[in-house]
Amino acid sequence: MDFISILSIFVMACFVGYYVVWSVTPALHTPLMAVTNAVSSVIIVGALIASAAAGSATSKYLGLLAVVLASVNIFGGFAVTQRMLAMYKKKERPAAPVSGK
Amino acid sequence: MMEHTAPVNPWVALAYLVAGVCFILALRGLSSPATSQRGNRYGMIGMLIAVVTTVLTHLNVGVWEILVAIAIGGAIGLVTARRIAMTDMPQLVAAFHSLVGLAAVLVGVAAYLNPVAFGIGEMVIPLIGDPFVVIHQVSRIEMGLGVAIGAITFSGSVIAFLKLNGNMSGSPIMLPGRHVINLAVLAGIIGLIAYFLTDQSGWVFWTITALSFVIGFLLIIPIGGADMPVVVSMLNSYSGWAAAAMGFTLHNTAMIITGALVGSSGAILSYIMCKAMNRSFISVIAGGFGASDAGSSGGGAAIDRPWKRGSAEDAAFLMSQAEQVVIVPGYGMAVAQAQHVLR
Repeated sequence: MDFISILSIFVMACFVGYYVVWSVTPALHTPLMAVTNAVSSVIIVGALIASAAAGSATSKYLGLLAVVLASVNIFGGFAVTQRMLAMYKKKERPAAPVSGK
Repeated sequence: MMEHTAPVNPWVALAYLVAGVCFILALRGLSSPATSQRGNRYGMIGMLIAVVTTVLTHLNVGVWEILVAIAIGGAIGLVTARRIAMTDMPQLVAAFHSLVGLAAVLVGVAAYLNPVAFGIGEMVIPLIGDPFVVIHQVSRIEMGLGVAIGAITFSGSVIAFLKLNGNMSGSPIMLPGRHVINLAVLAGIIGLIAYFLTDQSGWVFWTITALSFVIGFLLIIPIGGADMPVVVSMLNSYSGWAAAAMGFTLHNTAMIITGALVGSSGAILSYIMCKAMNRSFISVIAGGFGASDAGSSGGGAAIDRPWKRGSAEDAAFLMSQAEQVVIVPGYGMAVAQAQHVLR
């Protein structure tokens, strides 16, 4: 792909990111930050490419190390987000039956 | 030409696009409590699609090694996430950011050491002398930026973690002339990335990396503990930009889309958080304007508003005397499970 089409994708994605979080409720700032952190471990794609690239043992092992670091972030990040969100969920659950009656 | 630089496989591009859409839905879902759980699930699905697609397109070498690496990292991540106390969450997120930063640096170094395999350089065989590799000029800038942002994310997050975790004093540490030092180091990094265009030798690359580690450290130490959540969010944004820059280097749309998404939404989130805390965004980022030596800056007066810290008894006394009490719910309240009492 040429540089301009890559750049267009990049700029469009920037705008999507810009508009998508404006309406967040203050109570969800920390969970949103946790999920964005988990999502940013997409760097693992680069790490996987590096560890699969032939030609240099050093760069392969650097890639594998990066895969380990990024997967700590993926699993940890999503698990932590889920734990945080579970606390907000409890708030909704008891409320529902009460208002129903 | 290597696989991933050859005209893009449409199925791979499609899978990356789906992953990108999942991430957008994840961020969108997290903005309201009702959809937040679903949002988190979208995030997981998106990540699964991105990882599986990448592994499938690179089946040529060492799938087992990759799976073992993912298993090790995954186990560490899951155990940490389960064991950590709810109140230690902000520093855990900071620690996670440092991992993304370091991973970005490692990928950048791997690409620098092995440019031909990444499709960002070409082997030149001269008539006389040894063959050598020339890295494309665009790739040099992208790689330099990616490594620099990654390194800043790493060292900045480490400092944020140490401060939040109490291993380091939370009070701002003011170096004399820090603005001059910071600007000089930043100018040095930018200058070296520009110079990297004409000279791809090792010392330029390594100096960029080292200076970026230093500037990450310098930028975060003057920021006080109370502003740390904003800083963590800002570093989150940086980790996104680092991923996007590496995506440019590797011509990988998944990394570009997601990196840009995280980068811009992280920046907006930090801005929203500053607004919520009644702090000026610029002064938090520039560092330590809230501290005593900052009287020279115009914003100083607006920020040094009085606030009080009291014990639970004080609070109970005040509230029993008060006619109206405004309760501002936040993360701390959810941690204490206080919302049930309030209802």
